[in-house]
Amino acid sequence: MALPDSQLSRVRKVALLGNPNTGKSTLFNALTGMQVRVGNYPGVTVEKKVGRIPYQDQVIELIDLPGTYSLSPRTLDELVTVDVLLGRQPDVGIVDAVVCIVDASNLERNLYLVSQVLDLGLPTVVVLNMWDVARARQVSIDVEGLRQRLGIPVIVCEAHHRMGVDDVRRTIALSHTLAAAKPPKPFPPEFYNECQQLTADLVAIDPKTPPFFLVERLLLDVGGSVEEAVIREYGPQLADKLKAARERLQQANCRVPIVEAKARYGWVRQVLAGVATIPKGRVKTRSDKLDHVLTHRFSGLVIFVALMFLIFQALYTWSEPLMKLIESAQSMVSGYVTASMTAGPLRSLITDGVIAGVGGVLVFLPQIAILFLFIAILEDCGYMARVAFVMDKLMTRIGLSGKSFLPLMSSFACAVPGIMATRVIENRRDRMVTIIIAPLMSCSARVPVYVLMTTAFVPPLAYLNGMLKLQGLVLFGMTILGAVLAIPVAWILKKTAFPGETPPFVMELPTYKWPSARVVVSRVYERVRAFITRAGSLIFATSVLIWALGYFPSDHTRLHELEDQTEATTAQVEMLKANGKTSEAAELETRIEDYTAERNKLGGELIEASYLGQVGHAIEPAVRPLGWDWKIGVGVLASFPAREVIIATMGTIYSLGADVDEENEGLINTLREAKHSDGITPVFNVVTACSIMVFFALCAQCTSTLMVMRRETNSWKWPFITFVYMTVLAYVGALLTYQIGMLLLKH
Amino acid sequence: MATLDQLKTGQLARIVDVRGDDSMAVRLMEMGLIEGEDVELLGRAPLGDPIEFSIRGYRLSLREREAQRISVTVLE
Repeated sequence: MALPDSQLSRVRKVALLGNPNTGKSTLFNALTGMQVRVGNYPGVTVEKKVGRIPYQDQVIELIDLPGTYSLSPRTLDELVTVDVLLGRQPDVGIVDAVVCIVDASNLERNLYLVSQVLDLGLPTVVVLNMWDVARARQVSIDVEGLRQRLGIPVIVCEAHHRMGVDDVRRTIALSHTLAAAKPPKPFPPEFYNECQQLTADLVAIDPKTPPFFLVERLLLDVGGSVEEAVIREYGPQLADKLKAARERLQQANCRVPIVEAKARYGWVRQVLAGVATIPKGRVKTRSDKLDHVLTHRFSGLVIFVALMFLIFQALYTWSEPLMKLIESAQSMVSGYVTASMTAGPLRSLITDGVIAGVGGVLVFLPQIAILFLFIAILEDCGYMARVAFVMDKLMTRIGLSGKSFLPLMSSFACAVPGIMATRVIENRRDRMVTIIIAPLMSCSARVPVYVLMTTAFVPPLAYLNGMLKLQGLVLFGMTILGAVLAIPVAWILKKTAFPGETPPFVMELPTYKWPSARVVVSRVYERVRAFITRAGSLIFATSVLIWALGYFPSDHTRLHELEDQTEATTAQVEMLKANGKTSEAAELETRIEDYTAERNKLGGELIEASYLGQVGHAIEPAVRPLGWDWKIGVGVLASFPAREVIIATMGTIYSLGADVDEENEGLINTLREAKHSDGITPVFNVVTACSIMVFFALCAQCTSTLMVMRRETNSWKWPFITFVYMTVLAYVGALLTYQIGMLLLKH
Repeated sequence: MATLDQLKTGQLARIVDVRGDDSMAVRLMEMGLIEGEDVELLGRAPLGDPIEFSIRGYRLSLREREAQRISVTVLE
């Protein structure tokens, strides 16, 4: 059959659909390679993944739909899936064909979805994947027989062995020659009579005929999204008609919604009778034996704890050398820029704004890559579901499910990969609550602040013969403070912003398999890329903005002069040293010291005069009850891009230069000696230190976290709410700490 | 009548009824838990809940709360 040119030239769109754990991602990867675009559907958090399949001289777009057990639209994922399939998602347009991937070792449950897909009446192809697993389970399938029963192409495939993938590609390429699938009509005739009647009622109001699939869903999903939309569009008189239709069905012994599962599974039985032989009892495979060990009461727990420990260690320690590498690359580049430009606002913008901003984005990559490497492996081999299974009971105590465990645990290293990892949580409410409480987990960026404050101000007392150190106790307390407060926060969120019943935990425990390197690599790549392109620019922009606020409007002429002089003199010193003139070099070196001292002093004055310093002064009355002065206020403001920035800012403010770290003796001593404006009362004591630590434990001073949150929730609302609630929590926490602490200190 | 959560490890039972017609009941039925189907309890999570079952040749885990909805007759 010849097609009109207009239809051939248009890029054809094919949707890939299937149950979770059927190897859908593996097939998608095998078909499309790396030509994949990942994003969100407009306005929702549902992931949109589109790849291209080149075939001879044509290109077909393959749309990877979220894994689902049913097309009854209840969750957001299912709503979007149905919209795409019905051609109602403007972002995608008309879908030309559907490929439904099926786990051959688990035919009955998978064909349930197929029966719903067939009701869409689109050209459809069934891919029987995991053929090897089916054989191991002694399931035998007469493929030709199944093809005849379903009336559509059925292709055997082992996607992770790349077997049958070419067949699938060819069939997709030829899908425009396929006829529309014939709906199987598994329901009793009474049901179809009601469908006809309802269609007539709808056409009487609006002459355009609604799709059969929607009429079916309208009848079946009591109080569902289709019902809501139809009543809104067609008027409330339809609600009465619908109610009457359902009552008639109940009398005819096809009670809605029970009738659907019974009718469809009945149809599945008929389709499979004589075509597939499925052993009656379970055939024990290697996977089952492995699972017995991995979910065993004792060994399961031990292996689980060991594995989680490994992931956490990797996240914390393996990433460190890589992060150091990025940091040294950053200082190398900025050293190069410093050497090749004269001091001035432009150089300051490039080194302290641009390069620091890029570095601030790149520094997250090691942790993101490492976490997603583990997640991709665990997901692809089937252990991820066991993580949720093992931890579920513990997590239900705080109103979440086992699936929130890994993202929250990862947030103890860094909330950025932790929040990105919440994609494993299908339930929207659980996912949102997990995202919002994740930044309360104590991340590695808080550690320098804790270390500085504890070494400087917490007395080195020890109890129980030195077994228990006060400094250690304080550090421990700070580390768990956020997690402890996360429990009531999660509870309140569940009661207010995300009310409703605890979602059911109906989860498949998939068969174990070797993870596919391609799937793992492409998932890590996808995540890293998404972070850079979608969150990176925002993190970068904030970093430059904070630089500008700390630079302007003060006059930096003298500072830049000093910088130039220092650099010129340093070059001279090196030359003199090279020529063996050490005494002259030493003389010049003292001059450098003078320059540096003046620069550091000037640096402190300039930041005080900057917008940041002005705001710091303006908010002093607000931070006074926390035991802080304006300098700490500025430090907190400057650390908005990232918590650890406070240390460099304190260094600048206290005229020590910005290149100090948490173990810097000079900084520790300066802080110990710092006085309030009266010149007598010390700014810092153990209580102020605790108040600062509590503030940093609870505040949201991390642009990256907020920007990733924006990306993952697809809205500014949640990062904004998170920033507000955490800042309030931090302020109140620091206030209570200081006020109660001072009372205790006086007595 | 027994419910699914009362089975012991390795015990086989036949589903008699899934109570209710809310979305949870629909979800359970979509997963294949339908009257007349056989279920085996495979084990429990290390902390006692959720529970793991075998149904229609695959492994499904449910919390006690959900399993209580399903009445069964014990076969062995």
